[in-house]
Amino acid sequence: MKLIPKDDFQEELVIRPLHSGDIYASFQFRTLWDTDFMRENKVSHYRLFPKSLGQVISKFSVRELHISFTQGYWRTMQWGQPFIPSPPGAELWVWFQDSVTDVDATWKELTNVLSGIFCASLNFIDSTNTVQPSASFKPLGIGNVTDHSFLRYATLPREIVCTENLTPWKKLLPCGSKAGLAVLLKSEKLFHSSFHSQAVHIRSVCQDWQCKTTSWELRQTVNSVFDLHNSGQAKREWSLFKMFSRTLTEACPLASSSKLYIDITDNPQGEQFELSPATSLLSQAVVLGDRRTFSVYDLTQETTFGSVRSLNLLIRWKSNEGEMLRPLLHAERYVAGYGLQTGEIHTLMYNNHPYRSFPVLLLDSVPWYLRLYIHTLSVTSKGKDNKPSYIHYEPSKDRVKPHLLEMLIQLPPNSVTEVTVQFERALLKWTEYPPDPNHGFYVGSSVISSLVPSTVAMDTNSTRERPLFSSFFPCKEESSYFVRIYTEPLLVNLPTPDFSMPYNVICLTCTVVAVGYGSLYNLLTRSFQIEEPNPGLAKRIANVIRKMRGVPPL
Amino acid sequence: CALHVICCNAGQFFSSGHTNNWAVLVCTSRFWFNYRHVANTLSVYRSVKRLGIPDSHIVLMLADDMACNHRNPKPATVFSHKNMELNVYGDDVEVDYRGYEVTVENFLRVLTGRLPPSTPRSKRLLSDDRSNILIYLTGHGGNGFLKFQDSEEISNVELADAFEQMWQKRRYNELLFIIDTCQGASMYERFYSPNIMALASSQVGEDSLSHQPDLAIGVHLMDRYTFYMLEFLEDIHPASKTNMNDLFKVCPKSQCVSTPGHRTDLFLRDPGSVLITDFFGSVRKVELTMDAINLTDPIKQMEENPVNGEEQKEVYSYADQLPVSEIIHQKPKQKDWHPPDGFILGLWTLILLVFFKTYGIKHLKHIF
Repeated sequence: MKLIPKDDFQEELVIRPLHSGDIYASFQFRTLWDTDFMRENKVSHYRLFPKSLGQVISKFSVRELHISFTQGYWRTMQWGQPFIPSPPGAELWVWFQDSVTDVDATWKELTNVLSGIFCASLNFIDSTNTVQPSASFKPLGIGNVTDHSFLRYATLPREIVCTENLTPWKKLLPCGSKAGLAVLLKSEKLFHSSFHSQAVHIRSVCQDWQCKTTSWELRQTVNSVFDLHNSGQAKREWSLFKMFSRTLTEACPLASSSKLYIDITDNPQGEQFELSPATSLLSQAVVLGDRRTFSVYDLTQETTFGSVRSLNLLIRWKSNEGEMLRPLLHAERYVAGYGLQTGEIHTLMYNNHPYRSFPVLLLDSVPWYLRLYIHTLSVTSKGKDNKPSYIHYEPSKDRVKPHLLEMLIQLPPNSVTEVTVQFERALLKWTEYPPDPNHGFYVGSSVISSLVPSTVAMDTNSTRERPLFSSFFPCKEESSYFVRIYTEPLLVNLPTPDFSMPYNVICLTCTVVAVGYGSLYNLLTRSFQIEEPNPGLAKRIANVIRKMRGVPPL
Repeated sequence: CALHVICCNAGQFFSSGHTNNWAVLVCTSRFWFNYRHVANTLSVYRSVKRLGIPDSHIVLMLADDMACNHRNPKPATVFSHKNMELNVYGDDVEVDYRGYEVTVENFLRVLTGRLPPSTPRSKRLLSDDRSNILIYLTGHGGNGFLKFQDSEEISNVELADAFEQMWQKRRYNELLFIIDTCQGASMYERFYSPNIMALASSQVGEDSLSHQPDLAIGVHLMDRYTFYMLEFLEDIHPASKTNMNDLFKVCPKSQCVSTPGHRTDLFLRDPGSVLITDFFGSVRKVELTMDAINLTDPIKQMEENPVNGEEQKEVYSYADQLPVSEIIHQKPKQKDWHPPDGFILGLWTLILLVFFKTYGIKHLKHIF
């Protein structure tokens, strides 16, 4: 009898109706495994944990891995805070174990292997877009040592997300897309949404409340926001079939828990919308600094599916009132200026709390071809200068590494903080332009990490049985919660040469040389001879006769 | 006599000479108005997958994304027919090279196998000398070249040399080359390696035309040659006996407007004896056995570890996500000391030289 360490799989789906009529669906699939990948004798039997990721962890000595693929931009003002934030495009950040000697080489190999697993162009991640943050992106899992030389962070804002990324992602799930909540993940509906993000998060977590042993946690998440008007319906009504063109028929047989949560906090007496089929299970959770109430459907129970053996949840709106809780922190970023030589990057951070100020860590990674002038960096709040308490700046090196700017800024209450820096655009070598250079060049999103004061006491007991969506970010204190928001990526035009010019120049030069030099050469070297004109036919016959007679020709 | 029967059957079994199938499908065009090239490649991908070649044996290269393009009115779909009947993109697609990765260099590296060591398996063509490979190219082309992504070209000479490299390295048993571009026949004119059969959608001097536009999507959905080839392939199933001569007859001039061409002089077998499934399908050899196999003991999960004597194990904890005081008092990273750069050394040497030239060497003793 062979013994393998215990593993466990849970899946959940949270549906949150948004104020604008759109609907936010967040899937989380979590696999816990008590094995030790760093052991000498390799792990050989995989059950719920996918083998491809297990081999990646042991081969590259990965301590934590977070990768996300996002299409669209999360609009914090209209939609609130997401459960799992992610920037547009692809984002990868990895903490390596301290046993790794050459982190950069391991990073390069890891990105190549991941590009094969997820069918994405992650092999474009190299030293020109990788940074090593000095204070942001602390590990989300277990760890006392935080030496930032083992951390690498890179984004590819241009990366497209489509079915070819979803297909291998779905194959990592224990039930695939055949049973459980993953049957709802159909690409035709998921990509016809305002926002779609799929991510994989691997980290070590505590096994129990004592936290003397750890287990590996793999979370696969999908966050989607479906647009009311895009899906072509007149009245405000959402159902699982309208969102995903599928209904639920069973839970994944390998899952220990499979639940569906609907956020009904704004609807305590059912005056705003009505849920059907009705459920009596209620649950409360403190998430994102607020206590929210959820209606729960337990898919492991047969009764949830009723007599039709399928669950098609229907949410029908009755009234249009209600206001959304304004997010306490949100940010914007844009490029100012005109022309193709200089510009200015403006980042605005809004603190909407009426009387509390809180610290914010801003991480900016700007590619080398936008030459930042750091002496023009200015941080102002409410018109006055706001000096950051910590600044870390690493200048770029042409074609080698990007700029890295990290600042810890205290945002005063009820204010807008503006960070501006001027830059100059570089002229690239003509072979360095992509095939469509007039599209522009992307600058990755800024990352803003912050401890935002919460309205209710956060739960710091990290090992109590909690729904997955509330246990993603670890909580150390009760009065504030950690949040990470991403700004928009920027699209800047670089001065682009006319690529047809080499062809034009060659044609023109060759023509000039051929016509000018060629005619001169001919005039100088050609020798002229007088040529008798061709005699007519009569004369030729006469000459032939005269030759026969022996008489000189005409 | 039972043995004799088995021998005969075995001989018939392996008459085609190949044991595995690969496919390299390339779309070389970028931009939304070249939707039809992506649709072409995806139709061949779909047929090849349907007839049995798995994703691990297909290298699919798409130069641009049409399915999730923001101009696509139906996201995550690529249609091949005007009435949106057939979604060739499907729900189970794995694209190996996409976007800017589709370059002439990557294509030739895939063919010849000379890839950097860190390339993942799904991006490699791991064929051997018993592999039949199908190579399909589509895009914009001209007399003797094929354009990649509007910025570079591959010439027919380069392609012929790549195939010769493959032959010398024993990377294929037989190769079927199909190209759907304008003046496509010029691309196979220069082949000189054995066992290659080539098909093209048009002769030199002719243009390959597109099939029909779709008013909802706004662009032409497919090229004529691949459209009729897809119709032909839809009738093929893994056990069908249709041969290459039928494929040569696909899309005559009346339907295609251009004249499709083919080249079989380098191919050793007679095209009439070559099955379509030799290239488009996958070989699956099944071996029947009557022996019983013992399965190993069932695997059981470990129960909760009872607390064994190690009470003094350290307690783990989660890291603090934003330790403000720690960050503020963080010591700046000690940068490694590098010896002075060449420029600085040169500058100081110049300064010292000028100083000593001006004031003479006797001042040296004042410094030391």
